[in-house]
Amino acid sequence: METHSPIVKKQKTMVVVKSPSLWKQTYRRLKKNKLAIISLFFLLFMFLLSFIGPHFSPYILDRTNVADMNQPPSAAHWLGTDNYGRDVLTRLMMAGQISLTIGIAAMFLSVIIGSLLGAISGFYRGAVDMIIMRIADILMSIPGLPLLLILAAILSEWKVPAEYRLYIIMIMLSFVGWPGLARLVRGQILSLKEQPFMQATEVLGLSDRRKILHHLIPNTVPLLLVVATLNVAGSILSESALSFLGLGVVPPTPSWGNMMDAANNFMDFRKRPWLWIPPGTAIFLTVVSINLLGDGLRDALDPKMRR
Amino acid sequence: MMSETLLEVHNLKKYYAATKGMFKKFGDSVKAVDGVSFTIAKGEVFGLVGESGSGKSTIGKTILRLHEKTDGEVKFKGKDVFSLSKKELRNLRVETQLVFQDPFSSLNPRLRVGDAIGEAMVEHGLVSKQDVRERVLEVMKKCGLSPFHIDRYPHEFSGGQRQRIVIARAMALNPEFIVMDEPVAALDVSIQAQIINLFSDLQRENGLSYLFISHDLSVVEHLCTKIAIMYLGNIVELAPKDELFDHPLHPYTKALLSAVPIPDPTAKRERIILKGDIPSPINPPSGCKFRTRCPMATDLCGEKAPEYRDAGGGHFVACHYV
Amino acid sequence: MNEMLLQVNHLQTNFYTENGVVKAVNDVSFAIREGETVCIVGESGCGKSITALSLMQLIPENGKVEGGEITFAGKNLLKLNKKDVRRLRGNEIGMIFQEPMTSLNPVFTIGEQMIEPIQEHLLLSKKDAYKKAMELITMLGIPNAEKIVNLYPHELSGGMLQRIMIAIALSCNPKLIIADEPTTALDVTIQAQILDLLREIKKEFNTSILLITHDLGVVAEMADYVVVMYAGKVVEEGPVLELFKNPQHPYTKGLLKAKPVIGERKERLYTIAGQVPNLVELQEACYFADRCEHAMDICRIKQPVLNEISKGQKAACWLYEDGEK
Repeated sequence: METHSPIVKKQKTMVVVKSPSLWKQTYRRLKKNKLAIISLFFLLFMFLLSFIGPHFSPYILDRTNVADMNQPPSAAHWLGTDNYGRDVLTRLMMAGQISLTIGIAAMFLSVIIGSLLGAISGFYRGAVDMIIMRIADILMSIPGLPLLLILAAILSEWKVPAEYRLYIIMIMLSFVGWPGLARLVRGQILSLKEQPFMQATEVLGLSDRRKILHHLIPNTVPLLLVVATLNVAGSILSESALSFLGLGVVPPTPSWGNMMDAANNFMDFRKRPWLWIPPGTAIFLTVVSINLLGDGLRDALDPKMRR
Repeated sequence: MMSETLLEVHNLKKYYAATKGMFKKFGDSVKAVDGVSFTIAKGEVFGLVGESGSGKSTIGKTILRLHEKTDGEVKFKGKDVFSLSKKELRNLRVETQLVFQDPFSSLNPRLRVGDAIGEAMVEHGLVSKQDVRERVLEVMKKCGLSPFHIDRYPHEFSGGQRQRIVIARAMALNPEFIVMDEPVAALDVSIQAQIINLFSDLQRENGLSYLFISHDLSVVEHLCTKIAIMYLGNIVELAPKDELFDHPLHPYTKALLSAVPIPDPTAKRERIILKGDIPSPINPPSGCKFRTRCPMATDLCGEKAPEYRDAGGGHFVACHYV
Repeated sequence: MNEMLLQVNHLQTNFYTENGVVKAVNDVSFAIREGETVCIVGESGCGKSITALSLMQLIPENGKVEGGEITFAGKNLLKLNKKDVRRLRGNEIGMIFQEPMTSLNPVFTIGEQMIEPIQEHLLLSKKDAYKKAMELITMLGIPNAEKIVNLYPHELSGGMLQRIMIAIALSCNPKLIIADEPTTALDVTIQAQILDLLREIKKEFNTSILLITHDLGVVAEMADYVVVMYAGKVVEEGPVLELFKNPQHPYTKGLLKAKPVIGERKERLYTIAGQVPNLVELQEACYFADRCEHAMDICRIKQPVLNEISKGQKAACWLYEDGEK
């Protein structure tokens, strides 16, 4: 059986053929997916735009200039100004930092909590499994957005200072996101455990630690990677929705969601599309790219692994 | 010459609950293994033959304590397998190994061949991390694998080669006893022959003992020294190879032998076609479990289960009429 | 000599994978007469299953029949449109697959699935279709037809299901039954029953059978004519008695020698060294050359053609150039 182009190393007189690592093979397959690569590049572009872009902007974020307010796009302001005279493009870039950071941070939290609980559930079963899964079920049966709204409302009652708001939002999003991940990881672990190669680890007398770290988790990571990627998209959308409703990131901190608030105002909606089209497009394109990338990852990871 | 007894199985039973939950009725269990006894001596290749529902795979896994038993006793080298401490169990894992049926799913797809084979050696402290690669190459050579394969992934190999990797993984620990659960069933005939020869060679060179589980009588005849025929959880006949094939006693054995298709169109076929299907192990027939398909069945067979008795010369059979 | 029922000429089916083109069925020709059982035998990857699927235009998506013709009862099967192919399937040509457990829809009863082809092709009413179904079940030696007809697939054993599959394949009185490894997933004693059943059907209805298998024992029992395939090509073919008595191609010889047979006590089994070649982008050569004991220089550079050796036996091997050894 031939392999894909192997790297040939010469060791003394023996020619050893080393297959590229599984991640390299995955990457190669991913490269063939044009849509996924375009999405990847677009996301990189958004990152650079959001985090490095503002350094190139001649405008300071919060400086208001009433004289310049509500100007349509021009050479000086590529995307125009808002009702405080602030440059929309700069705001868009700063908002990108916020939305992307929240999206990714929320994903990390969800993944860590979800995988840990899911793995414990799946590996040890019994009462622990039942408790964790029932909690997950309860959380999953409450619709996401209303739950977030309730949490947000509670938090505004507690009058959380603005600096901590962002962290609170991340925590809230991960609170809503972990159950799905936990179920997935648990399901993977359960099905993996039944596989003959896991029975083989028992026959070989390997320790529990070795079984979990070297056998179960590496086989769960590919799926987790795909789900995590898609989770980021979900988190960005949730944060945008919350911020749009005024319950997430609140002004003056910009986020794509709260920038869209302009669409709420009749005048702004009709007369000043440069206020809400950019953030809306940014959200849309970012989420779509993440989804395409996630799909591409799933296809790239699938073929050989399951054979 | 009496060889040392390696494995002793006494009246082993393994039942699975068919209905879970609070109202578990014991009568509703799947009696996968229903009172099985046999011994395997050092250097012996013991064949366990049966069709679906016979319980042969369950026995293979239970004697290695991969499942808990329901009743009975299993002794390896004189020690009760089911009362071993954790440490003693680890030692058992080095002395006994298992080769699975499906070479595709018995290897971790994310582990390179060299790592899969060497892993357990390092875990059990049999070799240091520096020396493991060399030792792995030795084992690979013994199992007919090229050294070029060491850094490749399982999915890059064919079924026969993967099975060799599984065998190498088992051999790496230098076990004394290997359970083989249908190890060649998923392989092509030409590859099957290679693997069977490998088993013979390894057995001879290392003084191994095997429990060879299969449904294929022709393979079993080639490799095994002693053979047991199972039906629905019980051994119905047990004999040394030549005895069994030359003088089968139990009607099921005879039917099984006659059912194997012979690759010779001119051969005379005295086919004993059994009627009906293999009954479900949840509700096996009363008395002799084989009576629903047996051409010789009488009322007695339905009332009383036949005794498993010695018919002379190490030949055991469970039937009222032989 | 019976009439020719099915003639396959130079069938070519390719698969387009991400690693290259796989010529799964590579210029395969054979014929089946009325009432004849032809066995295609070979190991994994030889193309025998794909050959059967090509006949019925049931090849998976990334494959395509690139050439050849298949003549069945005067029609070229490859040129038929979808509607005509559908009319053929289950009607004049019946198929039995390997896994009885997954060949039937789990959410419909046996009866509902059996009457489907009967209603579709024979245009019987539901009541009449049920009656016919039950007749078939009884004819195949299954008791309690009225009960069976209301059961679901998961309630029956593998052997029973395979018998139902045979019943379905027979329901519209096909001229040809294609059976793809019909007994591989079954126990030995059940296999004996099914093979017996197939032989009886052939005798009673004069149905032709195209039997695909890897088991030479099954071939010896069932076949009138044997086609041996390797890596997508036919390497040998001939009447069953001659083929087993005088196998010509080294691969056939190897297969026969490598199979352990009850009663033959050998020290070591004969093996065919190496393994099946990677089917992607095969070079011009005899595909078996790497594993062949008798390989000569020419075997590695040119592919042998199927030649008639003797009495209806053909082999593709350079040892028999010009029909002589």
